[in-house]
Amino acid sequence: MSHRSFVWFCLLPLAVVTAAFFLLPMVRLVVTSADGPQGLAGYLAILTEPRYRATLINTVLLAAATTLVTLIVATIAGMFLQRHRFPGRAVLIAMLTFPLAFPGVVVGFMIILLAGRQGLIGDITKLLVGEKWVFAYSIYGLFLGYLYFSIPRVILTIMAAVQKLDVRLEEAARSLGASPWAVQRDVVLPALAPAFVASGAIAFATAMGAFGTAFTLATNIDVLPMLIYTEFTLAANFSISAALSVGLGVITWFILALARSFSGDAVAAAG
Amino acid sequence: MSAIAGHGAAVRVENCGKTFADGTRALEPATLDIARGETLVLLGPSGCGKTTMLRIIAGLELPDAGGKVLFDGRDMTSTPIEKRNVGMVFQSYALFPNMSVAENIGYGLKIRGVPADERAARVAELVTLTNITGLENRRIDQLSGGQRQRVALARAVAIRPGILLLDEPLTALDAALRDRLRGELNRLLRALGITAIYVTHDQAEAMELGDRVVVMRKGAIAQIGTPRDIYFAPQSRFVAEFIGAANIIEAPLDRGELVLPGGRLPIGGDASLPAAVAMIRPETIGIVDVGTAALTGIVDSVSFTGNRQRIVVSGVADKPLTVDAPNLVKAKAGDRIGLAISAEAIRLLPMED
Repeated sequence: MSHRSFVWFCLLPLAVVTAAFFLLPMVRLVVTSADGPQGLAGYLAILTEPRYRATLINTVLLAAATTLVTLIVATIAGMFLQRHRFPGRAVLIAMLTFPLAFPGVVVGFMIILLAGRQGLIGDITKLLVGEKWVFAYSIYGLFLGYLYFSIPRVILTIMAAVQKLDVRLEEAARSLGASPWAVQRDVVLPALAPAFVASGAIAFATAMGAFGTAFTLATNIDVLPMLIYTEFTLAANFSISAALSVGLGVITWFILALARSFSGDAVAAAG
Repeated sequence: MSAIAGHGAAVRVENCGKTFADGTRALEPATLDIARGETLVLLGPSGCGKTTMLRIIAGLELPDAGGKVLFDGRDMTSTPIEKRNVGMVFQSYALFPNMSVAENIGYGLKIRGVPADERAARVAELVTLTNITGLENRRIDQLSGGQRQRVALARAVAIRPGILLLDEPLTALDAALRDRLRGELNRLLRALGITAIYVTHDQAEAMELGDRVVVMRKGAIAQIGTPRDIYFAPQSRFVAEFIGAANIIEAPLDRGELVLPGGRLPIGGDASLPAAVAMIRPETIGIVDVGTAALTGIVDSVSFTGNRQRIVVSGVADKPLTVDAPNLVKAKAGDRIGLAISAEAIRLLPMED
């Protein structure tokens, strides 16, 4: 066996797996989406049909809000945890990253325990203002669930990036008269930009496609994965659910590509 | 030049020590006075406390209780670095990678709210002064080491600091470039008339740049003096050996003469002691005719470096002597050789260590 054919031989399992579990289903999905009564116009329906369009916008907004808030919370927490040593720090980090192990269903369950009809928040607000606050089954409950889901993933990336920050840069900025705020704005945040893009992309993609949490919270939430599920199982609308699936993938990919190109300068400069 | 030249501040470090949280004593309490416009070099091996001293002056470290830092008589001890108006150049340069060369240089001015046109004019002036014309719009990762060093210097002096602090600014460069930039830096510091505090472990750098040199060791000041002082009149064996090359010999004294295996050597100083530790610089030892020489020895090795040759001679003192001889002297290993050492070339050191 020549060296070359040996290499090809080694690549064979990868090729089989790629074909069986990636290429074929994708092709099948695209074919199915074009198979319905409307043909390829099914894709257009995502944008023209008001219910689909509203769901799409909802999902993108929810994912964007989740990403933004996650980045803000995780950056502040990650920076603090990386820069300070205090008793209980290891326990706190473990707690913050613990939800990594939870599936969406568990996160949804926890949101119901917190903000559901029998939830903790409801009990407390009833005591305080005489009114039960219940938002677990709304988009806010879902938002909270996604935050809980995303923060651990982002915080670890941010902490790793903060560790690599050059403290001398901050000292140089301070020596030039920069206030603590200015140091963050001009030195620290630009240097963390690559980590924001990388971890933000994961948070965004997760929030776009997460299903378990939405399914557990159910009731009156319309997000794309839920829509795909209902079209597929309840309406047996195979072509539309396939088109929505492909659409979900393409839109997520497109927004991530956009974010990456916008931050491209910052990423290159910080590299 | 006038637009850039600062009015250097006088610095007084009073009784400043530094103990880190883990109990390490980085700096013994020390007092230093730096005159307005003076270039003071903190010199020593790594871990001697020189960088800690610099960081205390900068305001990046707080001295232990009882320590004080004064600029022009004003107590700055609890003033943070951003309000001290000090320019700082780091060994790693610490240039902002997300800004161009011009933005880096102008950053301190922007923070101070200097209008854009005035800022641009000052940046242009500094670009010319530091010889980096044409690089204004480059990104930092497109610059060579020497160019980065110049940008770091321009950025630090752009804010017209009262004091310029330099932490091993040339260490990261290769030898040839380091020599050239050292000369440029020297001219620039003189031209600016700024008070400068320069940290280095390189004694040649310290000699060339310093008006005065502070030699440090193990967190304490070993000696303060002009480069000539510390070279010709070291007060301790450590300083003698750290600055330049030195022969240190220990020998009994008899009637004002050191009694050596290779002969007797008259000393200029206090002759009443029973024994002495003496320092002799290699270039102060002369080669003379063996027949008439007061001191003789055997050549161990000769290394020829072009302009000089370094001859190691054994059998003269308790250990081999290093002699820097003119390149025309003929000597080879095994030769018997005569040496002449004048009394002025001998420096007695305290018996310690």
